[in-house]
Amino acid sequence: MTKILKRPDSLKPARHLYCAGCGHGIIHRLVAEVIDELNVREITIGIAPVGCAVFAYDYFNFDVTEAAHGRPPAVATGIKRVLPDRIVFTYQGDGDLAAIGTAEIVHAATRGENITVIFVNNTTYGMTGGQMAPTTVIGQKTATTPFGRRPEYEGYPIKICELLSSTEGVCYLERVSVNNPKNVIRAKKSIKKSFQNQIDKRGFSLVEVLSMCPVNWGKTPIESCKWVEEVVTKTFPLGVFKDKTV
Amino acid sequence: MKKILMQGNVALCEGAIAAGLDAYFGYPITPQNEVAVHMSRRMRELNRVFIQAESEIAAINMVFGVSITGKRAMTSSSSPGISLKQEGISYLCGCELPGVIANIQRGGPGLGNISGSQGDYFQAVKGGGHGDYRMITLAPASVQEVYDFAYLSFDLTEKYHNPVLILMDGYTGQMMEPVQRTDRPPIPAKKYKKDWVLDGCKGREPRKIRSLLMNEGELEELNWKLKKKYDKITDTEIRVETINTNSVKKLDVILIAFGVASRVCKGAMNIAREKGKKVGLIRPLTLWPFPYKTIEKLAKKTKKILVVEMNLGQMVEDVKIAVGDKCKVEFLGRPGGSIVNQDEIFSKIK
Ligand SMILES: Cc1ncc(C[n+]2csc(CCOP(=O)(O)OP(=O)(O)O)c2C)c(N)n1
Ligand code: SF4
Repeated sequence: MTKILKRPDSLKPARHLYCAGCGHGIIHRLVAEVIDELNVREITIGIAPVGCAVFAYDYFNFDVTEAAHGRPPAVATGIKRVLPDRIVFTYQGDGDLAAIGTAEIVHAATRGENITVIFVNNTTYGMTGGQMAPTTVIGQKTATTPFGRRPEYEGYPIKICELLSSTEGVCYLERVSVNNPKNVIRAKKSIKKSFQNQIDKRGFSLVEVLSMCPVNWGKTPIESCKWVEEVVTKTFPLGVFKDKTV
Repeated sequence: MKKILMQGNVALCEGAIAAGLDAYFGYPITPQNEVAVHMSRRMRELNRVFIQAESEIAAINMVFGVSITGKRAMTSSSSPGISLKQEGISYLCGCELPGVIANIQRGGPGLGNISGSQGDYFQAVKGGGHGDYRMITLAPASVQEVYDFAYLSFDLTEKYHNPVLILMDGYTGQMMEPVQRTDRPPIPAKKYKKDWVLDGCKGREPRKIRSLLMNEGELEELNWKLKKKYDKITDTEIRVETINTNSVKKLDVILIAFGVASRVCKGAMNIAREKGKKVGLIRPLTLWPFPYKTIEKLAKKTKKILVVEMNLGQMVEDVKIAVGDKCKVEFLGRPGGSIVNQDEIFSKIK
């Protein structure tokens, strides 16, 4: 009997600490499958964020470093500039990338660093207990927006793909989701492209992945997948925002 | 090799380049702007990496990125910018990574001013960032020493895989003096074992670099391991200059100062000695590890110690720890970017 579905080599046989229904596990798997398919596992260096994915170095089966909160794009810049033939990617949450690390992501993009960024947007700070993120949608209740996010007090959600699309240094930007099988397949294609771009030395590629955080959303995993479709994608429409390769 | 006239900030670059620097990251701030200006040209000439970062925070994290690959990185800044780097320095220590940081100090607190100062001693040697850590801190007093310490810092940082700080000031950064460049080759890439480097897991098990240690007792274990390393550094790396402290049995005054303040002290010492006073000088070259023992020993043979700093009194606290009740300790300081002059010092010797 041949096994047609197996654990990617790029994932360690470790148990995730992610909550049931969390999107991080799916996204890890997609990244791992892509790295296997592109045959770059042995030349890849990943950068784990501060956030729920901080333990990524225990899950990915290749070299991974930690970085201070928000700083993965600067760390990636350092690595890639001295080892330009390695594959370097950051894996960051929305607090990490779009709040404390806004300067680092904007400037890595502006410089056109030849790196890949996997940006996991779950509209909240998962690890610290579900506070408002820069991506929290209007009306969304979080630990620090108990009355729902109100534009007059908390302002509007930040749209990273839209924001970076005006940046000349950027090669590729796409927003995808992992809330249903069809979207997962699309997400994998996009992630693969973002790594292929790096291999082809085309410059900065970022894939924003809408993800579920059922625990902090106060929803079941199934409700969470629906909520992405019905609410989150209204603020964060899926699609390609920039693609210099076409 | 002929000596050449060099500015302190340029000597910092050239010493680091001679040691084998691979990448420099900086952000403009006076009085160290010449570092990035010089590096932008020199690193390109040498086909090495230079980036003007978006902030001091980004710069230190770029250093972190280079360091995990086993290559050599440096960043420099002046006081406010060094404050921003503290989290990154703590991460370097927690992950046991090398990296060289130069602080060309200016007057503080706050935005302060742009003249030379020694106000960041506490920040440098008492742990300006979070957690239990130590950073080897070198305090050059001349342009030649800036050059030599820049070279040395890369050896030390790789030997102990711990960041090294070169604590300069606006004066050592800005002044020009003749420098004898080294004829030593760059530090060999494999001088120290680098079995922790992340460069892709080809032919070996994947590695991880992290300072997050959540399991019971794990972080305490790391801290004890660091303590052992810091003890070893303390045993082996203390560097101190003593002048005129051995010639007589009993001295009237021993001056203690580091960096540019020690040069003014030398002037004052010479005036006093001409006038028949028995005066010596202790100059710590490493501020951490600190030469407590040298000071303790010499405290027994002087009537008093006069500590001179360009701040409100920071190193003097360590001197007092070393001296205990063995002699009187006095302090003379000029904060806020003002420089002490030798007459002031001389009048305190009398
Ligand atoms: C300098 C600093 N500030 C704050 C924190 C605390 N902190 C840890 S994780 C986190 C937010 C993570 O949220 P996000 O990036 O959205 O990732 P998620 O956990 O949702 O995957 C914060 C604020 C920290 N570790 N360091
Ligand atoms: S808190 Fe949210 S983001 Fe974190 S593991 Fe749980 S579901 Fe995932």
